[in-house]
Amino acid sequence: MTTYNAGHYDVIVVGAGHAGVEAGVAAARMGAKTLMLTLNLDMIAFMPCNPSVGGPAKGIVVREVDALGGVMGKVIDKTYIQMRMLNTGKGPAVQALRAQADKTLYMNEMKSILENEENLTLRQGMVDSLIIEDGVCKGVVTETKASYFADAVIITTGTFMRGKVLMGNVEYESGPNNQRPSLNLSKNLEEIGFELTRFKTGTPPRVISHSIDYSKTEIQPGDDNPKSFSYETTEQILDQLPCWLTYTNEFTHQVINDNLGLSSMYSGVKRGTGARYCPSIEDKIVRFSDKPRHQIFLEPEGRDTEEVYVQGLSTSLPEYVQNEIIKTIPGLENAQIMRPGYAIEYDVVVPSQLWPTLETKKIAGLFTAGQLNGTSGYEEAAGQGIMAGINAAAKVLGKEPVILDRSQAYIGVLIDDLVTKGTNEPYRLLTSRAEYRLLLRHDNADLRLTEIGHELGLISEERYNKFVEKKQLVEEEKERLRNIMIKPNELVHKVMEEANAAQLKEAAKAYDLLKRPELSYNAIEQMIEPNPKLTDEQKEQVAIQVKYEGYIKKANEQVNRMLKMEDKKVPVNIDYDDISGLATEAREKLKKIHPLSIGQASRISGVNPADISILLIYIEQGQIAKVAN
Amino acid sequence: METDTITAISTPIGEGAIAIVRLSGPDAVSITSKIFKGKNLQEVNSHTINYGKIINPETNEIADEVMVSVMRAPRTFTREDIIEINCHGGMTAVKRVLEVVLNNGARLAEPGEFTKRAFLNGRIDLSQAEAVMDLIRAKTDKAMNVALKQMDGRLSGLIQRLRQELLETVAQVEVNIDYPEYDDVEEMSHEMMRTKTKEVHEEIEKLLSIAKQGKILREGLATAIIGRPNVGKSSLMNTLVQENKAIVTDVPGTTRDIIEEYVNVRGVPLKLVDTAGIRETEDIVEKIGVERSRQVLKESDLILFVLNYNDELVEEDEKLFAAIKGFDYIVIINKTDLAQKLDLNRVKQLAGDQPIVSTSLIEEEGIDALEKAIADTFFEGELDAGDMTYVSNVRHINLLKQASKALEDAMEGIEIGVPIDILQIDVTRTWELLGEIVGDTASDSLIDQLFSQFCLGK
Repeated sequence: MTTYNAGHYDVIVVGAGHAGVEAGVAAARMGAKTLMLTLNLDMIAFMPCNPSVGGPAKGIVVREVDALGGVMGKVIDKTYIQMRMLNTGKGPAVQALRAQADKTLYMNEMKSILENEENLTLRQGMVDSLIIEDGVCKGVVTETKASYFADAVIITTGTFMRGKVLMGNVEYESGPNNQRPSLNLSKNLEEIGFELTRFKTGTPPRVISHSIDYSKTEIQPGDDNPKSFSYETTEQILDQLPCWLTYTNEFTHQVINDNLGLSSMYSGVKRGTGARYCPSIEDKIVRFSDKPRHQIFLEPEGRDTEEVYVQGLSTSLPEYVQNEIIKTIPGLENAQIMRPGYAIEYDVVVPSQLWPTLETKKIAGLFTAGQLNGTSGYEEAAGQGIMAGINAAAKVLGKEPVILDRSQAYIGVLIDDLVTKGTNEPYRLLTSRAEYRLLLRHDNADLRLTEIGHELGLISEERYNKFVEKKQLVEEEKERLRNIMIKPNELVHKVMEEANAAQLKEAAKAYDLLKRPELSYNAIEQMIEPNPKLTDEQKEQVAIQVKYEGYIKKANEQVNRMLKMEDKKVPVNIDYDDISGLATEAREKLKKIHPLSIGQASRISGVNPADISILLIYIEQGQIAKVAN
Repeated sequence: METDTITAISTPIGEGAIAIVRLSGPDAVSITSKIFKGKNLQEVNSHTINYGKIINPETNEIADEVMVSVMRAPRTFTREDIIEINCHGGMTAVKRVLEVVLNNGARLAEPGEFTKRAFLNGRIDLSQAEAVMDLIRAKTDKAMNVALKQMDGRLSGLIQRLRQELLETVAQVEVNIDYPEYDDVEEMSHEMMRTKTKEVHEEIEKLLSIAKQGKILREGLATAIIGRPNVGKSSLMNTLVQENKAIVTDVPGTTRDIIEEYVNVRGVPLKLVDTAGIRETEDIVEKIGVERSRQVLKESDLILFVLNYNDELVEEDEKLFAAIKGFDYIVIINKTDLAQKLDLNRVKQLAGDQPIVSTSLIEEEGIDALEKAIADTFFEGELDAGDMTYVSNVRHINLLKQASKALEDAMEGIEIGVPIDILQIDVTRTWELLGEIVGDTASDSLIDQLFSQFCLGK
């Protein structure tokens, strides 16, 4: 094959989905000369499934990406059609934003960011193979015979690799939404020696809005005072579009049951592994047959389109059955499907082949990120994308790699889970996957990560100064509240009464009163001299830190114990066969995962405490030996 | 350096007149100071031994009169601060001290952990490394197996059930969080959470209270030997002690009034109560009076009532039968090598359902049958406490205490209205702690529960 030399870059990003754009922007902004290759420039950051960003855990990832200087938060803040804060009735640790996106605007906005990014070259092209020399990735070769050379390559090809669309007995090779699949790159990765597996996901049909009878559904409006994902966003979009709620019923279930054998997933052919949290409607009806109805959310796909996403109806049934199903649902009796739902199967790089930097263990300089690594969701992709971008650029520029730990970010939890435990289904972040949920809040993503983003050069000085000021104001206010005594008086009596709180019997510190669950910062503020310097967001921060101080402290103690174990490093060149006493299963797992720390080793399933002790001693022995030599 | 402080009984159980509880770690000295009445250990010189008492700071009860060695890092075995508490020999005192230490911030050491720390802190040389690894492998696996085997099937069943209940609760909270818009999952309320945590807490407390008074496996089955003078009580004592190697021998007259012998009969630990009394006077009733002997009987789990085959049943025997009515006892008809004078029918009548064993202790006959009777009484659950679930393992007790504490934290939070998702942190912790008891800490089960219990998806 003759190819032409198309130039040399520091970093090449293959793919421009939600992982790719973050990787490209981060690498470019860190100062790496970056090339992004995508097979269709009109589909940058396309949302092939639900038109929304955020939600529990995921929304916090968007905040984390933003605190590291990523773009997802800023773009959705500019293009949402509806914004909601979820779990407002619960504690601060689980509150999360979710936006309905205008899909087209989102893509356009993202493309414009890439186009205007210094250091970043955007080009259309399908990558067919990698250039590998002596176990090091040196570049990529496209279908059009261009050889691009680079010191680091990040693959973010999503569900495109050997993608196959399934709908009843219809199946064809395709990327999502009838885009061209990537067929050669998978083959190339296998030739290089990577282990690939097959995953599957699905999407529901879209219907045309004017065919929906909304009067039979319940309205689901956005928040009156929408919040933003990005810490830099100053203006909110107030003109929002509602979503609508309807339900399946016994007729729907009847149609599905009658046609179950026609579903690609129930036809008996062995298929890629789907996710339990993302079941098709046929899955739900089979597994939870006692449920009389399932919720269906109707979500507009944008302001200038009639297309409506039918959330809850993900399916791989034949198109004609989908038409029948739709008709059984209140409000959709006359609805016309514009695009049918389908399932898609695709190749996944088994993620235990990655270091926690997302660089592959086998090939130096090669990184993978996003759905290709076995995750699901735009946010999970973005979180990996920015870390792969940071670490690829860091490698090229001779900087230290950045690995977030499980107490620093959901992104840390996500990547650690992937590379340490692997996954046997498309991985979705859930709040329950985080041990230190109380520390990984929506409100404190900036406190956790801005410092890191700034050090990498991904956060502007202006933003950083604001952040430092905020941090200082919050600390000062906490100190101030510690020094204010509130004495029982008429005003205090009134405030307490309004808050439904027990009356004050003797003087108490404002700080201690704020700890009471029923007293908000606003209530306290009425009883003391207000602090005009604080914004609402900063007041909220003060309240959260004070109210949950005890729990946060407890979590921090756990974190410190965990970090001790993370600090004990495992030498990269360790020979597990040389360690006597390791259980066979533990030895095999350790050889496969190659944990970087004792902490990571202890999270590998099948490695038990005795193995960890032995490993510790072996490592210590090596160090003593070195000293002795 | 490790961050936590570990402790264990460092002397072999069953030997020696003293027993040592050892602590190692950064808080060794501060933990011991909290529970030590005597000099301020924080201020004493390193490598000194100090006289005083170990007290339970909550109740001010004295656990034992002790000598405490204070050895500060780095000139110690582990190169960490080390405390050695020299207690009186005997399971009771040393276990009591260990318990107080555990309740005040130390963690029970894993097998081989002192040695491991010694190694990790560079105290042991290279050649010993392999041996240490093998030791840890062997001991850890064995300890795990032993702990699991030790566990009563009922206990593990109960723990599993409690865990499942907690897991379902946690899963529901998680679903509420991760799928806030799903209307078919009931929102976990403070009221529901209160009911659940209270239920589980009560069960755990029940287990702990039995564990506390449930001396049987931990401290031995309190056993009294009664009978008229010269029926062979002393011989019975000696036979049991000789046949079954005494676990602990106490030197009388130091700190305790009542002297106890520990023997292990076919796996049943017996604590022979007030044996000194028997030895000295041959008759506890005679020595300490009827009132006091009733008290001794009341504290006994098992009574061995010895009768003389070669003597007629007298009024005093009938009185003793009356006194032990309602207790678990075994009638031992001794001296069968001599001529029969005892009315066996009357004895059977008086004994009712309680087992009767014939022996000739002098000829060493019938001892097997007696030991079998003791073991049967125990294992067939004929004892008063027989249908209870026992927790005997110190590690298990310790975990249960932590679980109980975690639930109390949750319950406290419920009362002051802390959000459910934060309370859930303590509930999850309880679930994990209970999991450590039954050897199951796989955190993936929560995710599995989530998706099997609820219908979720896009």
